[in-house]
Amino acid sequence: MSQDFRLESVGLINRDKKLSFKFNGKKYFGYEGDTLASALLANGVHLIGRSFKYHRPRGFFGAGVDEPYAIVQLYRNNETEPNIKATEQELFEGLEAKSVNCWPSVNFDIGAINNFLKIFLPAGFYYKTFMWPKSFWYRIYEPFIRKAAGLGVASIKHDKERYEHKYEYCDLLIAGSGPSGLSSAYAAAKNGAKVILAEDKPRFGGSLLTSDVNIGNQSGKDWAEGIIAELKTMPNVVVKNRSQIFGYYDHNMLVMSEKVSDHLPKTKKYHPNKRLWYIRAKEVLISSGSIERPIVFGNNDTPGVMLSSAAKEYLKVYGVLVGKNPLIFTNNDSGYETAIEFQKHGVQPVILDSRKNPESEIIDEAKSLGINIKNSYVVVAAQGYKKVKSADIASISDDKKQLGKIENIKCDCICVSGFWTPSIHLASQSGNKTKFKEEIDAFVPGNSKQQETTLGAANGVFSLEETLQTSFAKGRELSKKITNNDNEVSVPNVVEKKSSEHDKFWCVPLPTGKNYKRFLDFQNDVAVSDIEIALREGYRSIEHVKRYTTLGMATDQGKTSNLNGLQLVSDIENKVVPAVGHTTFRPPYTPISIGAIVGREVGKHSKPTRKSPMHSWHEKNNAVFVDAGVWLRPRYYKRGNENLFEGSKREAKNVRTNVGVCDVTTLGKIDIKGPDAAEFLNRIYTNAWLKLPVGKARYGVMLREDGIVMDDGTTTRISENHYHMTTTTAQAANVLSHLEYYLQLIWPELNVNVVSTTEQWAGAAIAGPKSRDVLQKLFPNLDVSNEGLPFMGYMEGDLFGVKARIFRISFSGELAYEINVESDNGNFMWQKIMEFGEEFKIQPYGTEALSTLRIEMGHVAGSELDGRTIPYDNALEGLVSKKKDFIGKRSLQRAAFIADDRQRIVGVVPLDKKTSIPEGSHLVKDANAPLPNPKLGHISASCWSVEYDNPFSLAIIKDGKNMIGEKLFVMSPLKNKVIPVEIVSSHYVDPKGERVRS
Amino acid sequence: MLYIKCPHCGMRPQIEFSYGGDASVKRPELNKEISDQEWDDFVYNRKSLRGKHLELWQHISGCRQWIKIERDTATHEIFKTFKADEEVA
Ligand SMILES: [Zn+2]
Repeated sequence: MSQDFRLESVGLINRDKKLSFKFNGKKYFGYEGDTLASALLANGVHLIGRSFKYHRPRGFFGAGVDEPYAIVQLYRNNETEPNIKATEQELFEGLEAKSVNCWPSVNFDIGAINNFLKIFLPAGFYYKTFMWPKSFWYRIYEPFIRKAAGLGVASIKHDKERYEHKYEYCDLLIAGSGPSGLSSAYAAAKNGAKVILAEDKPRFGGSLLTSDVNIGNQSGKDWAEGIIAELKTMPNVVVKNRSQIFGYYDHNMLVMSEKVSDHLPKTKKYHPNKRLWYIRAKEVLISSGSIERPIVFGNNDTPGVMLSSAAKEYLKVYGVLVGKNPLIFTNNDSGYETAIEFQKHGVQPVILDSRKNPESEIIDEAKSLGINIKNSYVVVAAQGYKKVKSADIASISDDKKQLGKIENIKCDCICVSGFWTPSIHLASQSGNKTKFKEEIDAFVPGNSKQQETTLGAANGVFSLEETLQTSFAKGRELSKKITNNDNEVSVPNVVEKKSSEHDKFWCVPLPTGKNYKRFLDFQNDVAVSDIEIALREGYRSIEHVKRYTTLGMATDQGKTSNLNGLQLVSDIENKVVPAVGHTTFRPPYTPISIGAIVGREVGKHSKPTRKSPMHSWHEKNNAVFVDAGVWLRPRYYKRGNENLFEGSKREAKNVRTNVGVCDVTTLGKIDIKGPDAAEFLNRIYTNAWLKLPVGKARYGVMLREDGIVMDDGTTTRISENHYHMTTTTAQAANVLSHLEYYLQLIWPELNVNVVSTTEQWAGAAIAGPKSRDVLQKLFPNLDVSNEGLPFMGYMEGDLFGVKARIFRISFSGELAYEINVESDNGNFMWQKIMEFGEEFKIQPYGTEALSTLRIEMGHVAGSELDGRTIPYDNALEGLVSKKKDFIGKRSLQRAAFIADDRQRIVGVVPLDKKTSIPEGSHLVKDANAPLPNPKLGHISASCWSVEYDNPFSLAIIKDGKNMIGEKLFVMSPLKNKVIPVEIVSSHYVDPKGERVRS
Repeated sequence: MLYIKCPHCGMRPQIEFSYGGDASVKRPELNKEISDQEWDDFVYNRKSLRGKHLELWQHISGCRQWIKIERDTATHEIFKTFKADEEVA
C-alpha cells in the first residue's frame, strides 16, 4: 500500500524496516521510528476518535505529550491498555489500536447526537443533568454515560508484565534533552558531576530535531547527536530516553517513568515493561521546553486543525505531510517556519498572520520563497466534519474586534500557532511560585523553592543563543559547587534567524449571526461559551471555574488549554492574567501506568512471607496454611477428605484427651537484659514483677498510655538480669518499638537493653493430659514432675544434644509445655516430639484448633485485645496492681472505664446448641425492636466447643458482669441470622484452672 | 518522600522511619498525683501546628533509635535532627 502523505528521503525514520499494524481492524504500513500517529497520518488517516462529551470527530492536534485528542486503546502481545496517546506510542510490528469514545463506530457514533443537543450539555452538565430522579442515576443515566463515554477499557486480566522500581542518587538531574538540557548536562559532566539526563521521547535533541539552526558549524540535530554520543561514553553520566520525569516531590526527590518495552512487540525475557526511578538529586535542571498554544476559532476541533509545530515535526522527523494544501494561521514567526518547511518540500501553504506588518529574517525568507502571506487575517471557522475541507477566513481590525468580509478558501489542514507556553509543571510541583511574563503572555518559574533551576524555553527564553549560554554556565556553576572542579567548556557559536514579536491575540471573535463552537479544552470539550456560563453563574476563582467546566481536568491536564482559558476569564473579568492566577499543577505530568507505580509489590510480593523452621514438615504433612500477619501458619493438618471444621475439631479434641503439638515459633520474642530489667518490666506491665524468682514465668498485660490493652504474653526470668518476653504474633514489632520508646526517651536512666529474638528461637507447644509423658521421654534426665517443674516454671534441658528451654505455660488451658530451641534445630525438635509422642497418640494441631481451645477456656487473644478494651473488659483486672504505677494506669480512672455497667467479656451459647454464631454479630435484647436496635455488644470469637460438642462464643457486652444467665439474641444482618442465645461465663471449660496445674 | 538525617546513621529516606508524634510532650513522672486535665493533655490533647514542629521519629529500619526532628509541617522543610538525649536548642 502506498503512503500518499509520506515524503521520500525526509525524516529520521528507518525506511529499511517496514512495519505492519492495524487501526480499527484495518491494516496499514509504517516504518521503524514512526509513532502510531505519524504512521496513520502517512496513510492519510486523520479521524482517530470521538470527543468525550459531544462525540465530535477527533484527529491529531500535537505530536507528543501535549496531545489532547489522539487517545487509543492499544493491543500488544495479548494484552490491552487504555489511554495511550497515538502521538507517543512508537510503532512496532503487529501493533493494533482502536478508537475510544466511539459507539458503535468511529465513523457512525450515536453519542454524536450530543453534538446537536449541546445546548443541553453546557458547563456543569455533570452537576445539573442526570441528577433527578435519583433512581434514574443507577439504572439509566450512569450505564448510558459509561457506555457512551470513557477513555478506553482497562484490562481485567492479571497483568503478566513486570514493573521495576529503582532508587538513584545524583548530583544533577536534568529533565529534557533539548538545547538547554544538553548544554547543562555537558558542562556538568565535564566537571565530573554525576549526571542523569532524561528525555521523554525516543530521540534526544528536543527542538533541535526540527529547527533550522546551526551550532558550532553543524546542524542543530548533528550537534545534539555529537553531545549525546560523548555523554554516553562518560562513566559519570546516565542518559535515558523514553523516560518521563513526572513528579517533583519533597526534598528534591523526583520520579521518572522509563518505558523499557512499550516500543517492542513483546517485552524481552527478564526485562520489565516499565521502570520507575526514584531519584534524589542535589540539583535539578528543568529543561522541559515549551508547548505551542493554539489560537481559538470556530470549529477549531475539526480533524486537520493542529499545532503548527506538530506539522513541522511530522514533516522533519517522520517525513509526513499532514496536508497537501495547508493553511497556516499564526500570531508569531513560528508559523512561518512550518510554512517554509512545507514550501521547501513542494507543498504551497498559505499564511494568515493576525499581525499587521511584522518584519523579521524568518518572514523575509518566507517572502523570498514566494509563500502567499495574508496579514491582519484570521481563520474564523474551519469547515468540514470528519476532516477540514476549507476555512472561512476574514481580515481583522487592529483592535481585533471587527472581522472583515468572510471568504472561504480550500485547504486540507489548518496549522495554528498562538505562540509558546513554557512547561513549568515540574517547577510548580516543586513549590515554585510562578510569575507571569508579559512579553510572552505566559507563566514562568519564579524564585527556586527547592534546589531547582529552570532553563531555556521552559523559563521563557526562546533565543537559542541565550539558552546555550545560560545553560552551559548553569551546568558548570552547579557542578562546580558539588565537585569543586571547574573545567571550562567553550560555548559553540550559534546561527539562528531572528524572530519578531508575537501578537497578543488568542481568540477570534464570532462573526455576527454565527454560533460556532470555539473550543478551549479539546479533550474535555470545554468551549468559550462554557467558561462564559460559569462566570455568569457566579464562579470566580479559577480553581472553581476549572472544576465546574472541567477545563484542564482531562488526562492532558490542559497542556494546550490552560492559558487560553485564563485569558478568557481575565478578559471577561477585566482582570490581567496574573490576577486570575493559574490552577495548581500536580503530579503526574502525564498519565502513568498503575503497574509502574505498584512495581513488584504485587500478589505474594506485596508483603514478605515468613515461614517457621518447621514449615517443610508441615507441608509434607498436609498442612493447610493461613496468613497470620506476615507469617504462614498451619491452620489444620488435613486427613483424607476432612474439611476445616472436621480437621480442627479432631485436633482440638485430641489435645483435650491425649496430647497435641503446635508450632508457636511465630510468637514475638524479646530478650531483655540489664540490672534494671525487673524495674522496667514492673513499669511496662500492669502486674507486679519485682519479686519474680529466677526460673519462673509470669503472665503479663501491657497497656498503652490511654489505658487500652496493648498486648499480653508471658515473660520468664532466665537469670538474675535476663528476661525472655513473648508477645502476640501480630504485635511483636509494635511492642519492641514501645519498649525502645520508654527506654530511650522516657527512662534513659534505666540500664536495660532489648532486642528481638523472634527468629532466633523455634517453638513448639505440647499440650494435653499426656504432655508430661511426652516431655519426660524427650528429657529423660530431668525432673518434670508437678513438683520438679510446676505451672509457670522454667528449666533448661538437653534435647539429645540440643540446648532447649522448657516453659510450663499454657494457652490451651491443658497441662502444657513450650519448648524452644535455636531455630536451626527446630525441625530436629519437632521430629523428636512426633517420634516420642507417637505412643501417646500425639497429633499436630493448627491455629484453628488452637483458637477453639483458647476460646472455650475464655483466654483472650487479638479479637478481644482489639485496641478498644481495657483489662476489666477482658476479665484481667486481677492483674492490675493497685500498689505501683505503670504505663496507662492513670487512664484507668476515667469515668467511662470505671462505669458500673462497663462492657465485659462473657460466654455465649445458642439455645438450640446447634447454630454456629458468626463472629462480629451483634447482641440485642429484643430481636424485633425497631431500628436502630440498641446494641449490647459484639461476638469477638466463635468456635465449636470440643468439650461440650456445641457452639460456643466469646462476646464483649455492656454490663457483662450482670448478664450471666440472660437470654439475648445474636443478630447478623450480613448473614441474615437471628439466633436466641444464653449468656454464660467466659470460662466455659475448667473455670477453676485445675488442668494447667495438674 | 522526605530525606531525613538520622543523627546516628546519616541521610536516609523516609521509608526507613516511623513517625512518633509530638516530641515536646513530657510524660508525667510515675507515682505523681496529677489532675485529670494534666493527664488528658499528656495523652490526648495535641496542637495541630502549621509551621515549625518538634516531632519524634524512630529509625525503625536502621539503628532503631528514637530521634527528634524539627520540621515545618507545611513545607516539610527539616531544620535539624537530634538524638533522643540531645538538648533541643
Ligand atoms: Zn539511624
